[in-house]
Amino acid sequence: MSSETNKILTTDGIPLEESLKKAEKKNKIKAFLLVAPLLLFLIITYVFPIGDMLFRSVDDRMVTNMLPKTFKAMEKWDGKELPDEEVFEAFYFDYKKLVEEKTFGKLATQLNYEKNGFKSILKKLKRKMKKFEEGNYKEQIMGVHKRWANVEYWRALKRRTPAYTYSKYLKGVDMYENEDGKIVQVPEDRRVHKILWVRTIEVAFFVTVLCFLMAYPIAHLLATLPMKYSNLLMICVLLPFWTSLLVRTASWMILLQQQGIVNDFFVWIGLVSDDNRPEMMYNKTGTYVAMTQILLPFMVLPLYSVMKTISPSLMRAGKSLGGTPFVAFWKVYFPLTIPGIGAGCLLVFILAIGYYITPALVGGASGTLISNQIAYHMKSTLDWSFASAMGLMLLTGVLVIYWIYNKLVGVDNIKLG
Amino acid sequence: MALPKYTEPHYRIWHYFYLTICTFVFFFLIAPLFVIFPLSFNAEEFLVFSDGMKRLDPDAFSLRWYQDMVYGTKNPWGLAAKNSFIIAIFATLGSVLLGTVAALGLSSRHMPYKGIIMATLISPMIVPLIISGVAIFFFMAKVGLAATHTGIILAHIVLGTPFVVITVTATLSGFDHSVTRAASSLGSDPVNTFMKITLPLILPGVISGGLFAFVTSFDEVVVVLFLAGLDNTTIPIQMWTGLREQLSPTILAVATCLIVLSTLILVTAELLRRRSERIRGISR
Repeated sequence: MSSETNKILTTDGIPLEESLKKAEKKNKIKAFLLVAPLLLFLIITYVFPIGDMLFRSVDDRMVTNMLPKTFKAMEKWDGKELPDEEVFEAFYFDYKKLVEEKTFGKLATQLNYEKNGFKSILKKLKRKMKKFEEGNYKEQIMGVHKRWANVEYWRALKRRTPAYTYSKYLKGVDMYENEDGKIVQVPEDRRVHKILWVRTIEVAFFVTVLCFLMAYPIAHLLATLPMKYSNLLMICVLLPFWTSLLVRTASWMILLQQQGIVNDFFVWIGLVSDDNRPEMMYNKTGTYVAMTQILLPFMVLPLYSVMKTISPSLMRAGKSLGGTPFVAFWKVYFPLTIPGIGAGCLLVFILAIGYYITPALVGGASGTLISNQIAYHMKSTLDWSFASAMGLMLLTGVLVIYWIYNKLVGVDNIKLG
Repeated sequence: MALPKYTEPHYRIWHYFYLTICTFVFFFLIAPLFVIFPLSFNAEEFLVFSDGMKRLDPDAFSLRWYQDMVYGTKNPWGLAAKNSFIIAIFATLGSVLLGTVAALGLSSRHMPYKGIIMATLISPMIVPLIISGVAIFFFMAKVGLAATHTGIILAHIVLGTPFVVITVTATLSGFDHSVTRAASSLGSDPVNTFMKITLPLILPGVISGGLFAFVTSFDEVVVVLFLAGLDNTTIPIQMWTGLREQLSPTILAVATCLIVLSTLILVTAELLRRRSERIRGISR
């Protein structure tokens, strides 16, 4: 038999294999076309803007374009002593142009991020500049304020030369590139961000642990109780889950205030004296308590859905084979719940690490997290590129955990309600 | 949970200890919500139980904060409620439409690059809201949609779709595809098949995804904080401002209304879940 006749043909005379491939391809395209609208929508409104954040966090063209002559003149300057007249002259003309265009304010803000105190001397220079005579700008500028004769400020200016910079990322971990191009830590008393990173991870970790310790027993109870009781108790888990985050935070603010019910209770049982009520809000305690209660359902639900599938006969078998209830639990039941523990812990940790609302309301100064710092730079200092850099550092951490979660649990296994 | 008679004493103690812990945790979960109810009927301005309330004196209770919520001077809640509902309803419609269609594609076994696409579609749920807020704010400012309802609705569609995708794909996982094939073999076109066969079967999943999307939008504050102008204020924004500046009992009146609303949504979602499990034959 020749190979020609060996092939099975469809009624159209096309080999079956080819026809099936074609149908498969058609189905693939069909499935993809269904997903395409949402995917495209998300890419435009979500994925692309996050990429834009990345660009913003390294983009420093604004300052570069504002002081073109200065940076050109600075190319030859070694940064050791005060720059020459040439640099001062170039700076004078660049800045004069900015004053005429009324955009000098932006420069002042940007340079103040680089070194504190730049804003005031730039404003002073703007006022005094009107009376400047031609020539010898170095003397005249230095005469405006003594900081203009401080080489530190000129070095700070030179650091802003490149159009793209990773300095915001260094700032996010309390480091900077010094005059010799070495990356060093900022002075000890100004290392604010490191504390925040450590605190964020610490809070997320302990909230996860607390949630796990509290969720495990109740998930077990819910999974082993008869249906009619467990359905009723399930409401205790689901009602907070569906209730507004702000409502739950508000209730904690009422409970934890100094004249609040928790403090009243402590006084009543004699734990603390009436005139010495502890401060439980606007510090880390408040953040811990409120976040644990708010995130608890996210731990209970995955644990419950795993425990529900474990047959009670396994525990009975373990006991009948001579294990004590504790041994049976530890050797049989607990290992079977590990997938649920992994899913719950990763979910709670991911949610906790990016928490913003609750720490902002009950955290005070010592209980705020990295998200609050990002919001602060977005809303108050308006240093958007720094906020973007911090956001992306946080995002990287979250995506790593998300990737692990995806490997271990699979995103299509997330259960809701 | 009754223990068998032969249980040894120390296991008995352990068992009661376990039940005590469970009681405590359930109390911890649910009790904070119930503080809000009585205090919202407080006749006084303070957020503590007055002596009159402790004695259950009828004069210590009043509806004045509810009155203030509805008729108060320079009252922000009316506008906020209107905005919240408009935004949430349109965001839900958008999320349900995009999410359901995408879930249909994702559940097909022919879907290429399923893993990575699914991970992308779910990501708005995982990425911290503050980052989503910053990114979406940059985008909306660039296209001129900051401080508009449209901008906020689009942002909430982004945040709401993961829930619809998850619930609908979950419903579709137990879906018997032979029924749609039967429909096509009987001469029904795909749209007709979807409307008459597929949709009624997956409807519980679609609605419960929609409820999630609605609650997400209705409760969302971080992204709106970046996007909203004065005209786009929502209930969560008003609550946020109120909680930051001055905790007034009016906020508790609003909070009580929100708890009632979430109870209604919870009941609906639970009924739908059970119905869906019954339809898919997983009923217990």
